[in-house]
Amino acid sequence: MNLDWNWDVVGDFMPVFWEGVAITLRALFLGSLTAFALGLVWALALRSPYAWVRWPVTAFTEFVRNTPLLVQLFFLYYVLPEWGPSMSALTTGIVGLGLHYSTYTAEVYRAGIDGVPVGQWEAATALSLPRGRTWLAVILPQAIRRVLPALGNYVIAMLKDSPMIAVIGALDMFGEARNFSNETFTTEAYTIVGLAFLVIAYPASLLIRFLERRLVLTS
Amino acid sequence: MQTPPTNDGGTNDSGTNGTRANGSELVRFDKVTKRFGGTTVLDRLDFSVSTGKHVTLIGPSGSGKTTILRLLMTLVRPDEGTIRVDGDYLTHEERGGQLVKAGDRHVREVRKKIGMVFQHFNLFPNMKVLRNVTEAPVHVLGLDKDEAEQRGRELIELVGLTEQLDKYPSQLSGGQQQRVAIARALAMRPQVLLLDEVTSALDPELVAGVLDVLRDIATTTDITMLVVTHEMNFARDISDAVLMFDQGRIVESGSPDKMFSDPEHDRTREFLSTVL
Repeated sequence: MNLDWNWDVVGDFMPVFWEGVAITLRALFLGSLTAFALGLVWALALRSPYAWVRWPVTAFTEFVRNTPLLVQLFFLYYVLPEWGPSMSALTTGIVGLGLHYSTYTAEVYRAGIDGVPVGQWEAATALSLPRGRTWLAVILPQAIRRVLPALGNYVIAMLKDSPMIAVIGALDMFGEARNFSNETFTTEAYTIVGLAFLVIAYPASLLIRFLERRLVLTS
Repeated sequence: MQTPPTNDGGTNDSGTNGTRANGSELVRFDKVTKRFGGTTVLDRLDFSVSTGKHVTLIGPSGSGKTTILRLLMTLVRPDEGTIRVDGDYLTHEERGGQLVKAGDRHVREVRKKIGMVFQHFNLFPNMKVLRNVTEAPVHVLGLDKDEAEQRGRELIELVGLTEQLDKYPSQLSGGQQQRVAIARALAMRPQVLLLDEVTSALDPELVAGVLDVLRDIATTTDITMLVVTHEMNFARDISDAVLMFDQGRIVESGSPDKMFSDPEHDRTREFLSTVL
């Protein structure tokens, strides 16, 4: 093992590093979209007047939130295909991240929806706005605006969990670094990847802090 | 406690009594009881309002006035009794000769005849002024967007806010917001307009502007109004009848002149002395 920093190794790593970055960003983007969309579905289902809708969703979201993402990824990749269609490693990773985080975003949406003043519902009733329209035009725009920073924080959390998809063979930047380091008996790639996470996450958290202040000021 | 007089709310003419059902009875409560927890807010209340009349409900807080408006707007449902609007049951429907709880669609249809302005305006903060006014006409009445905007602009002009069409509610004063809320309610062309303490949340200097708009509407349109207010001068100006409530019952009712100058009941006199 060589403890000196070697720029040649860094140069050799770069081509696969960029491939890894592309995979990380893709998993993060699609995983976030999945988490945002599914979380909203859960949040709305949990407000359903029907117990037969609420119950299964409660059970499912509690189950997913209280088991490790790593186990879920293994389950989706190795166990699920025995009954259903098998997905590529990357697709499985995206579904796993999205599904796991959707149980957190569901809570965020719930808080946002609860925070919309009751007068808004009353005004919608007084105008006889249909249920769907009330949600779409009145409640959700206000609820989501208020929870955007919280949703953003989960995107950053997801970024930091994203290396886990490497264990099922989806080569994100960490996966590429691991393979490269194993093959070349070097360690520089890990440092590069660590810095890369920081370079993505830190500006993102600054952006969220900015959003938070702006939304608080204008609402 | 005195027995409440029956059903003469809204009948200006002391000769005719609202109990005898006639075609011009727009709102009718029959033995309506509403409880919140263990408290009975309305106790087998009977009253009616004739088409085109302006009726003001007065009384101490907790006497059930606002609950009447909220029942009419279906924000709360009666525990007992029935409410009719323009002859149709509001929260009930007749099925096979029986009176049963109404389905959503029925409630929605009857409710369209009613509009409400709230104490805290409740404008949609995510929509500009014009869209606050056009949202329901487009999505409930099915007007096309141009027609709804045309009507919206006219109503916003009526309440004197043409300059503010493109602003968000948060950019307006409380008085301006309330005037938008009035325009929004009128855009649905309701037969009955419910005004629930619409000036109570306003700074004193903004009250007059809102009341002027309402006076204007009361005199130039034939809309029926049910008003809960502490603005007694306003009530005197626009009302055909005033109902005094206490503990969920009507204590006394009559023309504003009689009620404000020469009330019969001690309870009314006592109440008026605290607010006039």
